[in-house]
This record gives sequence, structure tokens and C-alpha cells, in this order.
Amino acid sequence: MPKVYIYILVMAAVTYLIRALPLTLIRGEIRSPFIRSFLYYVPYATLAAMTFPAILGATDYFLSALIGFLVAVFLAVRGKSLLFVACGACAVVFVVELFLH
Amino acid sequence: MVSNAMDNRQWFKKGLRNGLPICMGYFAVSFAFGIQAVEGGLTVFQAGMLSLMNVTSAGQFAGLSVIIAGGSYVEMAVLQLIINLRYLLMSTALSQKLTSRTGTAARLGIAYGVTDEIFGVSVLTEGELNPFYSYGLILISVLGWTGGTVFGAAAGAILPESAISALGIALYGMFIAIIIPPATKSRPVLIAVLGGMILSTAAAYAPLIRELSDGMRIIIITVLVASACALIWPVKEKEEA
Repeated sequence: MPKVYIYILVMAAVTYLIRALPLTLIRGEIRSPFIRSFLYYVPYATLAAMTFPAILGATDYFLSALIGFLVAVFLAVRGKSLLFVACGACAVVFVVELFLH
Repeated sequence: MVSNAMDNRQWFKKGLRNGLPICMGYFAVSFAFGIQAVEGGLTVFQAGMLSLMNVTSAGQFAGLSVIIAGGSYVEMAVLQLIINLRYLLMSTALSQKLTSRTGTAARLGIAYGVTDEIFGVSVLTEGELNPFYSYGLILISVLGWTGGTVFGAAAGAILPESAISALGIALYGMFIAIIIPPATKSRPVLIAVLGGMILSTAAAYAPLIRELSDGMRIIIITVLVASACALIWPVKEKEEA
């Protein structure tokens, strides 16, 4: 599949441009309060929209995914680290599915 | 200058140390990515190359679905642009932590490693950002990200199905760990998070809208939610960073 390499290059080029342009071009401060605020909320809106409801179909069973989601939210509210939350959710899914098989 | 070189070396080591938790978290998530990439028809080499050249969690998972579905290159480009648009903000914020002494080459190097996690760690340093601190963070993190992908792609097949199923939730666990703690401290952020989740659930079932690709739905929801929040709750200087 040589097409795969073109896909990878397109992805990498777009992503790198997004990362590099502000760092290299913006030397001053963005003044528009709306754009500043908009950009501030972007990560939360994007990651939330990508997480839910997709997370409910991320494992073999709806129930294990739902419990994994709730546990991840609980751990995150408690301020646990990235690694702890990600691995905690995986572990819970694994254990729940032991009972579902 | 000798003293400057020593400084840089210490910053680099500090970056390696502070990047270790990111490295381990990335390994778990990219392990799942490697498995999915091979299941989708990519080779181990292609999966590793994809991770090394992109270093984006969400962007890669979404991009993989475009590759598997045989979508157009334009769709891929727009999808990456929107999903990774948040790096524009992070890159902008990091640009404010550099001085004119930081040349273009160093800026291009720092840009390679602008991710949610590396940004989060590097933007919290006191005062000016030393590029070598970023290099340390980036090196160890990318090692975990690419290494996890290659391991997942190569060894994922020997894992039992139950383990693969469990790893499927790793990426989302990481997202939750990023968005939930700020949401417990700021009401507008909480509403942005809930708004994103509710709208994307509605969009997944609404007639016509559910026919759109995942990427397009996320684009529309992000623009709607972030615009509404920005209009209702403009962010004051000190809340950012």
C-alpha cells in the first residue's frame, strides 16, 4: 500500500505546520479577546466530543466501556495522573470483562 | 559559552526526568494504536513511522480510520487540521515563553513536540523556556510513543482478545485525565466539556448529521461549543496558560 505513505506524509505535514507556524511567526501577542477565548476552549470541546460517545464502543462490551468511562472520570476528578487514569480504565475494563465472558 | 552549555545539559536532563511519566502514559496508549494500525492493514514499519512523524494521539486514531476507509487526502488534511487545531493555541502560548535569543531552528525543534502533555509540562516552567528542556521532554516522550506503537504492532497479535479490548479504552482514559481536572475548577470549562459530549452524542444519532464523517462532526461541534463559550465567558489573561 504505497498510498499509506502519502496519507502519513499528509498527516505529518498538516500537523507540523500547525505546531510550527505560531512558534516561528508569532513574536507579539494576540490581542483579539474572542480568538484568545475561542482557542482556550478548543481543547476541551474537541477532546470531550471525541471521547463521548465514542468511548462506549471502544471495548468489546458496552457495559465494560461504560464502567471504564465512569471509573476514569472518578479517577480524573480525584486528580490522578495521566498514566494512572489511562491504566486504571484499562484494568477495570479487563476485570469487568472477566465476568462478562 | 561553557557555562551556557552546562545549563543546557542540566535542562536537557531535567526534561528527560520530567518526561518519564509522559513516556509511560504514551507507551500504554500507543501500544493500543499499534494494535489497531496492524489490524487496519498497516505494517509494523508504517505504524512506527506514523507515530514518529505525527506524535498526536487523537489525530492518529482519527487519521487511521481515514486510511482504513480509503478517504481522500483532502479529508485527511482537513481532519488533521481541525483535530490538531488546539496545538495552534499551545504553540502560540509557548511562543510567549521564548525570547528573541531563541532562534528559528530551536523554535522548529520545539514545534515538533507540541502535544497536550508535553505542552502542559513545559508551559508550567518558571520564566523563560530553555529549548533543551523541551528537547529532553520530547526525546523521552517520543521514545515512549513510537516504541509503544512498534511493540503494539509487532506483539499485539499474541495478546489475548480480552487484553486488546481493555487497551481500547486507554486513549479515552488519557483524554479524560486531561479535560476533567480543569473542568472541576472552572464552570465554563465544565460546560465546554459537557457541551462537547452532549452535542457529539446528539450528532451521532441525529438524522442527516449522523451521515457526516466523525471528523466533520467533531469540527462542527468544536466550533459551536468553543465559540459559544468564548462569547459567554471571555477568558481573562491570567486564566490561560
